[in-house]
Amino acid sequence: MNIHEYQAKELFANFGVAVAKGAAAKDVSEFEAAVASLNGSHVVVKSQIHAGGRGKGVFKDGFKGGVHYAKREEAVEIAKKMFGNILVTKQTGEAGKEVKTIYFTEGCDIAKEYYLSIVMDRASGKDVVIASCEGGMEIEKVAEETPEKIKKVFINPETGIQPYQIRELAFFLGFGEKELQKKFAALIKGLYKLYASKDCSLVEVNPLILTPQNDIIALDAKVSFDDNALFRHPDILEYRDLSEENPLEIEAKKFELNYIKLDGNIACMVNGAGLAMATMDIIKYYGGDPANFLDVGGGATEEAITAAFKILLSDENTKGILINIFGGIMRCDVIAAGVVAAVKNVGGLKIPLVVRLEGTNVEQGNKILAESGIDITTASDLDDAAQKIVKIVSK
Amino acid sequence: MSVLINKDTRVVVSGLTGKTGTFHADQCMRYGTKIVGGVTPGKGGMMYSGNDKVQFERPVPVFDTIADSVSKEGANACVIFVPPPFAADSILEAIDAGVETIICITEGIPVRDMAIVRARLNETGCKSRLIGPNCPGVITPGECKIGIMPAKIHRPGTVGIVSKSGTLTYEAAFQVSNLGYGQSTTIGIGGDPINGTSMLEAVQMFNADPQTEAIIMIGEIGGNNEQIAAQWLKDNCKKPVAAFIAGTTAPKGRRMGHAGAIVTGKSGSAAEKIATLKDCGIEVAPTPAQIGKTLLKVWGK
Repeated sequence: MNIHEYQAKELFANFGVAVAKGAAAKDVSEFEAAVASLNGSHVVVKSQIHAGGRGKGVFKDGFKGGVHYAKREEAVEIAKKMFGNILVTKQTGEAGKEVKTIYFTEGCDIAKEYYLSIVMDRASGKDVVIASCEGGMEIEKVAEETPEKIKKVFINPETGIQPYQIRELAFFLGFGEKELQKKFAALIKGLYKLYASKDCSLVEVNPLILTPQNDIIALDAKVSFDDNALFRHPDILEYRDLSEENPLEIEAKKFELNYIKLDGNIACMVNGAGLAMATMDIIKYYGGDPANFLDVGGGATEEAITAAFKILLSDENTKGILINIFGGIMRCDVIAAGVVAAVKNVGGLKIPLVVRLEGTNVEQGNKILAESGIDITTASDLDDAAQKIVKIVSK
Repeated sequence: MSVLINKDTRVVVSGLTGKTGTFHADQCMRYGTKIVGGVTPGKGGMMYSGNDKVQFERPVPVFDTIADSVSKEGANACVIFVPPPFAADSILEAIDAGVETIICITEGIPVRDMAIVRARLNETGCKSRLIGPNCPGVITPGECKIGIMPAKIHRPGTVGIVSKSGTLTYEAAFQVSNLGYGQSTTIGIGGDPINGTSMLEAVQMFNADPQTEAIIMIGEIGGNNEQIAAQWLKDNCKKPVAAFIAGTTAPKGRRMGHAGAIVTGKSGSAAEKIATLKDCGIEVAPTPAQIGKTLLKVWGK
């Protein structure tokens, strides 16, 4: 789960990480008060969306920049131009995202910028702190072009970050001087505590800045969480912004379905994540374009299958559906009954449907489909199924 | 011979009396697996023979702790069906009880919990091997099935299969069986970012197993498990190997069902994996429907 920058900064502050003072506003009427609560001659006006590249983003009406450094008397006007507007960045795709919250922060003088993040390293199973003096840059680019400018410190999750590791990072970033070391230690300890205690999958500060007054401040904040651990963090769940998620994906989650919307026109329903990906791949391999990823899992009920089928039909791009089931725990007859119920529920099927069933209770499943009177093309194996749906849809 | 499990493996089921545990323990027993006990804290001492939907062929003793099942019934394998919030605790309990092979089926365990488990597995002197979590389990056809895979599609034979994905494993095993061959052992290592047994460790076991003549490796986007295994195979393995990698069409930055299936930046993409595998001389099936045929081609059958 992702959260907004202003929410991440709130968490930072709770964990003793220095941030610039800020105020979030969700309505134009709150703008004046938000700006008034801040000090200084300049205010940073920041669009809040769940995507990076905001600074270089462009709004649909041509207004440039999702983040502005403004004189305080101009801040409200700029915020009004952003609010309710659609911001397109290189991470949002062409559709862009509507800005529904504006975050105002006090402007900071910057002496130097840095990069700092904490993630899980899959290979070692350890936490890793990634630091660089190349702040404000895309870290993947730095890693590729100048790997020597990046420092990685691996942390045993059982013991947590140790003082010598903090010193190692401090010296690398040039925070060796005693007072700076102290400030940096407080910051990294806070970030690590947040990361570990709230089951974060990412804590990223880019840029981290040093001010001319020798303060170390998190100028930006990006935090995301392990979905599997949200059950033990009801406070974090409060930060969830449903308007940032695809409505079809939200609907799918209610039925414990794994659904991801894509841009193609052949919808697919599959059991198992690997097979679901492989089904998308094979559609593409035979010249088609998958409309979605959908893993109905092993424990789906007839109602969930019905809901899944309706989600596929509600995607306007869908020109045909491929159902590919290899029954293990998932029984083919449950799938078949769910599909038949869904078709009845929506008043008949108007687009072609290719079905390939295999595994547990395949005979009963095929029988239910055959007796349903629905126009279904059956397939003998996955190759056959993919070729048939691609051929029918491309006609 | 086979790897990990055989007809003599003595299995304790953690979460036996739950709905899922009951259903699958019954299926495994009917396959011939020696289920020697179940663990449900607070129900120790009872004999359990199923629920209103499932009736076991014979009752199974229930213990309060995994350690009890080891000392009283000599359990040397443990299969875990407990829900995600408690699954890592079960794995740690099995490790401390000295269980050799721990197979965790549970999907949705927090990554942080698995990081703690991994640290424990890495400790010197730890004798346990963990398979999974978030996996279908392990089957040595004709001898022992520990997991949720459909028994019917497997046949005893000489092909070792290792996979991150459940249903793709079924797809591969089914194709191998339909082509007239069988499996020595099929291992589902699971699709989580941090797991117990890597692709590399699985192929090393198959390489060392005299019964295994050929290997199928099924991977997907995320991490670099497949590339590491491929590099090792290139230098150390003379057995024919075929592979399939799922997720060529997966969009960047999205988690495709499995917690570990995500392309971050340029790393972990299917294209990158396929290229490395091919560089290592491993034949990669063009579609998931051709995994079996691709193996036969490199096997010279």
